[in-house]
Amino acid sequence: MIKVEQLAKRYADVYAVDHISFEVNQGEILGLLGPNGAGKTTTMRILTCYMPATSGTATVDGYDVFRDSINVRKQIGYLPENVPLYPEMRVKEYLTFRAKLKRVSYRERKLKIDECIEKCRIKEVQNQIIGTLSKGYRQRVGLADTLVHDPKILILDEPTIGLDPNQIRQVRQLIKELGEKHTILLSTHILPEVEMLCGRVIIINKGKIVAMDTPSNLESQLKGGSNIVLEVRGNGEKIKNALSSIKGVKKVVWHDKGEVNNFAVEAEKGMDIREDIFSNIVKNNGVIREMKQVVVTLEEVFHQITTQEQEVIT
Amino acid sequence: MISTGTIFQREINAYFLSPIAYVVIAVFMVFSGYFFSVMLGLTQESTLRYSLAYTQFILSILTPVITMRLFAEEYKTGTIEPLMTAPVTDFAVVFGKFLSAWALYNIMIAPTAFYIIFLAWVGSPDYGAIIASYVGLILMGGLFVAIGLLVSAVTKNQIVAAVIGIVALLILLVIGLASTGNEGWFYSCLSYIGTYDHWDTFTKGIIDTRDVVYYGSFTALLIFIAVRIVESRRWR
Repeated sequence: MIKVEQLAKRYADVYAVDHISFEVNQGEILGLLGPNGAGKTTTMRILTCYMPATSGTATVDGYDVFRDSINVRKQIGYLPENVPLYPEMRVKEYLTFRAKLKRVSYRERKLKIDECIEKCRIKEVQNQIIGTLSKGYRQRVGLADTLVHDPKILILDEPTIGLDPNQIRQVRQLIKELGEKHTILLSTHILPEVEMLCGRVIIINKGKIVAMDTPSNLESQLKGGSNIVLEVRGNGEKIKNALSSIKGVKKVVWHDKGEVNNFAVEAEKGMDIREDIFSNIVKNNGVIREMKQVVVTLEEVFHQITTQEQEVIT
Repeated sequence: MISTGTIFQREINAYFLSPIAYVVIAVFMVFSGYFFSVMLGLTQESTLRYSLAYTQFILSILTPVITMRLFAEEYKTGTIEPLMTAPVTDFAVVFGKFLSAWALYNIMIAPTAFYIIFLAWVGSPDYGAIIASYVGLILMGGLFVAIGLLVSAVTKNQIVAAVIGIVALLILLVIGLASTGNEGWFYSCLSYIGTYDHWDTFTKGIIDTRDVVYYGSFTALLIFIAVRIVESRRWR
C-alpha cells in the first residue's frame, strides 16, 4: 500500500530522514518507533504530501506523493501530532466541514459522520465546541476526522501522546479495531503501544532505519540469549566453576561480596538452564537466595539500538 | 470550486464566531459615521465624496485586522497541516479565504447605506456618483484584502500580519496622495501605483476601465503570489 524508496529529507546540512526504504502491506499495522527528532513526523509529512522529499520516491496505493498528490491525499486519513483542530467550531460542524473538504458526497455525508461519531465514541460531545473538549476527546475527534472519507490508509502521528492511562487504553482499543479494516502506519515512542498494536515495527534513529521486524522477533534477536541473575550463599570460586561447566552457558560474571555472591549467567539463545543451575549449585553446597530470569523487553531493545550500546544487559 | 465554497463557508463562520467581525464592523461604523457627519456639516453638500476620502484611511487600518488571521492563525495552531493534507488545491484554499475576507469587508461597509437614505432625506444626492463610489469601494476592498492575505501567508504571527498589512496599505495610500498633481514620469508612476487616484475617480462618479483594470489585475497578481507562497512549502 505504501512503498518508500531511498527517501531523504535534508534541512541545511542535516538529514532528518536519511535514505530510508520500507513498505507497508495491505491490512497491516506498522509502527514507526524512534526517539524524539528521529524523523518519524518528517516521514509522515512526506507521505501525506505536506512537504516534499529532498530525494527518493514514495508511492501510496500506486500514486506518487509528489506528482499525484491529490489522489494520494484522497486515500489517506492523517492525524497530525497534537491534533490541531479549529477551537471555535462544534464537533459535528467540524466533521461536516472535513467531510465536505474530503469530497464525501452529500448523500453519504450524514451517514458517514454519524458512523465516525459512533465508532470514535464522541456522541455525547457532538454538539460541543471543540475548544472546551478534553485532550482525550480532541484526540478522538481527530481520529473521527481521519476516518470520515473512509480512507484505505491511516497515518497516525503519536496518537496517544498526552493522554491519561484510561484514555490511552481507549484510543489503543480504537486503533486496534480500525486495524481490521484499514492499513495503518503509526508513530510512537511508547514501547508497550507497539507491542500491543503493531504487526511490524520499524525502529528509526537519526533519520536511518536501524531495525525492522515483528516486535517479538526483535526482542529475541537482540537479547541474544537469556540472562539469569543469582544470589548465592556459599563458596564463590567453586560455584562459579560449577556454573561455567553447565552446557549452554556463555558467560558467568561473579561479584564477590564475601558470604553472599552475586552471579550473572548468560545462556545461549533458546536454552532454559535454570534447573541445571539449581542442581549444580546444590551439588556444590550453595544456597540459592534468589534466582531471576531477566526478560529483555522491547524497551531495552529500543534503548540499545538507539543508543548503540554494544554490551549485553545483565 | 466546491472546496473553495467549503473553505469560504468555514472562514465566514469563523469570523462571526469570534469577536473580530463585530469589533471591526463597530469600529468602522463609529469612524465612518463621525467623518460623514463632520463632512456633511462642513460642506453642506448632499454627497458622500468628502467623507469617503477619509473612509479609505479607516479601511487601510481595518482591512488588515480582518485578514490577519487567515493564514497566520492556521500556521500558529497547526491546523494548516490537516487542511493542506486534505484533497484540496492550494488555489482553492487561498481563494476561499480571500472571498470570505472580502465578503466580511463588504458586510462591514454595507451599513453605510444608511447615510444615503439620510442624504436622500435632507437633500437630493447624485445617485450615479454614489453607485460608482460603491463599485470603487468594493474593488478597492478586493485589493486591500489581497494585500492582507498575502502578508498573513508569510507569517505565523497575527499581530505582525496586521501591522505589515496596515503599513503596506498606508504606503500605497500615501504615495498616491503625495504624488497627485505633481509633474514628471516618477510622480505619474507613483500615482498610478498608489490607490488614491484610482479611488478618487470613482468618487467623482466615473467608472473608468483603467481603474477597474488596476484594481482587478493588482488583486489577481497578489492572489497568485499568495498561492505560490502557500505552495512554496511543498518545494522547500
